[in-house]
Amino acid sequence: MAANPVIKKIKTQAKSIEKIAIAGGKPTLKFPVRSLSNVRYDPKRGHFAMKAGRKERTLTVSTVKGFAQTLKMMALSKELVEIDDIATKREAYYVSKNWGEARFKEQPESDTVMDDVEALFGVNREQLGFIPEEKGGDLAGGLTVIDRDPGSGKKLRIDCTKFGSGAYSIPNSVEHLQFETKAEFILAIETAGMFQRLVKHGFWKTANCILVSMGGVPTRACRRFIRRLADEKKLPVYVFVDGDPYGISNIYRTLKVGSGNAAHLNEYFCVPQASFLGITPQDIIDYELPTHPLKEVDVKRATDALKNDPFVQHYKAWQKALNQLVKMGVRAEQQALAKHGLNYVIDEYLPAKLAHPEKFLP
Amino acid sequence: MARRKGSKQAAGEPTLDLFDGGSGGTGTAVAEAPTPEAPAKPSKGNGATRKPAARKRNGSSAEQQAKKQREISISEFFTKNRHLLGFDNPSKALLTTIKEAVDNSLDACEEAGILPTLRVEAHQTAENRFKVIVEDNGPGIVRAQIPKIFGKLLYGSKFHNLKQSRGQQGIGISAAGMYGQLTTGKPIKIVSRTGPKAKAHHFEVKINTQKNDPIITLDEVVEWDQPHGTRVELELEASHKRGRRSIDDYLELSAVANPHLELTYVDPAGDEVHYPRVSEELPHEAQSIKPHPYGVELGILMSMLDHTKARNLSGFLQTEFSRVGAKVAEEIVENAMLRPTARPKSLGRDKAEQLMKGIAATKIMNPPTNCLSPIGEEELEAGLAKVVDAEFFTAVSRRPSVYRGNPFLVEAAIAYNVEGQGADDLAVLHRFANRVPLQYQQGACAVTKSVVNAGWKNYGISQSRGALPSGSLVVVVHIASAWVPFTSESKEAVASYPEVLKEIKLALQDCGRRLGVHIRKGKRMAEARKKADYIKSYIPHIGEALQEILGFSEKREEEIIEILTDTLERSRKF
Repeated sequence: MAANPVIKKIKTQAKSIEKIAIAGGKPTLKFPVRSLSNVRYDPKRGHFAMKAGRKERTLTVSTVKGFAQTLKMMALSKELVEIDDIATKREAYYVSKNWGEARFKEQPESDTVMDDVEALFGVNREQLGFIPEEKGGDLAGGLTVIDRDPGSGKKLRIDCTKFGSGAYSIPNSVEHLQFETKAEFILAIETAGMFQRLVKHGFWKTANCILVSMGGVPTRACRRFIRRLADEKKLPVYVFVDGDPYGISNIYRTLKVGSGNAAHLNEYFCVPQASFLGITPQDIIDYELPTHPLKEVDVKRATDALKNDPFVQHYKAWQKALNQLVKMGVRAEQQALAKHGLNYVIDEYLPAKLAHPEKFLP
Repeated sequence: MARRKGSKQAAGEPTLDLFDGGSGGTGTAVAEAPTPEAPAKPSKGNGATRKPAARKRNGSSAEQQAKKQREISISEFFTKNRHLLGFDNPSKALLTTIKEAVDNSLDACEEAGILPTLRVEAHQTAENRFKVIVEDNGPGIVRAQIPKIFGKLLYGSKFHNLKQSRGQQGIGISAAGMYGQLTTGKPIKIVSRTGPKAKAHHFEVKINTQKNDPIITLDEVVEWDQPHGTRVELELEASHKRGRRSIDDYLELSAVANPHLELTYVDPAGDEVHYPRVSEELPHEAQSIKPHPYGVELGILMSMLDHTKARNLSGFLQTEFSRVGAKVAEEIVENAMLRPTARPKSLGRDKAEQLMKGIAATKIMNPPTNCLSPIGEEELEAGLAKVVDAEFFTAVSRRPSVYRGNPFLVEAAIAYNVEGQGADDLAVLHRFANRVPLQYQQGACAVTKSVVNAGWKNYGISQSRGALPSGSLVVVVHIASAWVPFTSESKEAVASYPEVLKEIKLALQDCGRRLGVHIRKGKRMAEARKKADYIKSYIPHIGEALQEILGFSEKREEEIIEILTDTLERSRKF
């Protein structure tokens, strides 16, 4: 079993703790700092890269609980990998209920410890045997996904044009998938509502593209799926989200360059070839979109991005766009285009936009 | 020598002026040390206590006045002035009677160098009648003095001395006897024996209320099992109550302030309470001192000038006052712009006032402090522990200080986490002056003021603004002085002289600091226990997880748990 690199890493770490403990010392765990302050934007590679920031968790009276939980989580992971099983984050949380005093009170606590272990070993949680609860996202378009049957392990060809008014669901684990497609680009969409409209009217056919519904901030699986598909089939990725700070700095930025929280994984879970189709702040003016005023939290999100986000700081265009949005004090949703007719987005907005991908925001 | 004193007043005729002096007003010929309010109230009191000088203003002749004065009997005076003497109401009458008897017994024992053992009994004989018996192991009283001490008001030795004594309270045991006689018609009964070889004498004494003379109704020799001591028994109209300001309360507090006292009390219900002796040491004997110039009032200075045997001013100052030598006397006289050779008797009012200014302008050494007899830190703590069950005790005895020429000394004690007192209750404050509990007028007292202002929050004790601190706390403050500055004649509250307030506050803060250390230590210990528990509840999971990952033996797991626990506990900061 020592052949598995994850188990090897876990054992090495445990061994060093054991050694220090027996010698009467205080064991220390070194984690990369998981925050936006510890990442930089690497324009060449197109994603957030982790800086050298490390935090040490030395075993003391005040850290003893977290220390115990981290080690228990490592032990659970080792067991899962050994027996080739998985546990959802929720399940892992429930497993901890056997840990007596060291059990987690709420799932966010166990998720944080899981993220810590992930960062500690520089692996992703799927490798540790943990899978997220959330689904990866929906997909429709001219794509054939080659998967394996979970029972027999036989090859399985999934034709994504055959889901009718439904959609193919991106699985949690995507590394083994292969693709066949003749589509020209991928259109990643924020809301399920907009995705359904485009599917219903066969937009992927007319535009020869693959539609992906992210459902808010894209999951790691969704990001990884789009990345692999785009890499392998050399497809550009266009992102269509709400024209607000959340759509820009959370959804789009996370998809494109990754997050500050799991920076050690951004290399895989990012889509550097993505560009921003809309809705841009300028669209709000150009298309005379109905708006809502920016909430306090929106303004804070925008100013935080301007001040702290290495990605935004790297692109003047984004600084301009965010400043423009803050100045206007409004936001506009994708569906606001319905003001000009329900299918205005299909008939006018998207074709006009897609005619000039070079004008998309970076 | 009379050891038992009927009152603090000078022996003499029962003139109204003397009564006035006895109740706290301006004295006459005696060298009474001043109270802050003494000079301001020469004509305070009711008509019967006014001076002839004040009467003249009313237009009646001196002859008429003189006649009237003689017509006033002691009993009449007594009836009119009960409140001044501590007999305002039936329940206070019982308390005052016991107080006077106990004070006398304690003073007599201490002066004779005997560790006091007292027995106090209060029996209900009718609905509103009580019999009080106070028995001590004191030196006893010589036979010839017994009738005078108990049958004559204002007879005694205490008043001439400027030193710390209990007797500043009330008017004396003879007053209690007279109250008993007035309300029940019964005599006061005394048994006294001066030593194992002497015979015990049994007296029954009444007071001739017209002449202020004893009437002996019984005088016999009896068998008594006490080798020496005195037993006083009297009956009076009274009522009995419990709780705060009760006899129980007074005796308990007396036990606190007198750790060398062994006391047994039988209450009207027949229940016996015993307070054991916790200190085998008698209080240091207080010395008498002469008044200090800074404390003298004009009226007193004038009467001192009148009565001195010194023939010149310089000699007067040197013989009548403490801390005045030839050099200081010369300086005072010079500052007063008077002649050192001036005859004191012929100085007159204006020049006496000049002399006052001269005194104020001269730097004079503080008075000697050997007139004070503190309880002592250890003894006060032990005394408090005698009546209060608590987790923590501390006591502080300050060094003597001076207010207006009067030496005084403050002691304070604290009991914390007291049995029967909740954490939200207000602190219980016990005030003492010269070892006597002050049970009334707490709100008007300088002690209360200082307790409120001591800043208890600094010591981990909660306190609402302007209130006593709260918490399971008993606070004791004792002021010892040759002349305790009471706010009024009832002598239940201490006046707020800045020096007095400051000393009380400092004593309390000393106690508070020690309490604060104790409380913080307790908190730290609790914290440490919590941490130890915390460590013990999580370390095993670390061992378990390592075992699960590395698969080592159970023994190894236990070893790791043990070493890690030890490592963390050692690293704890206290």
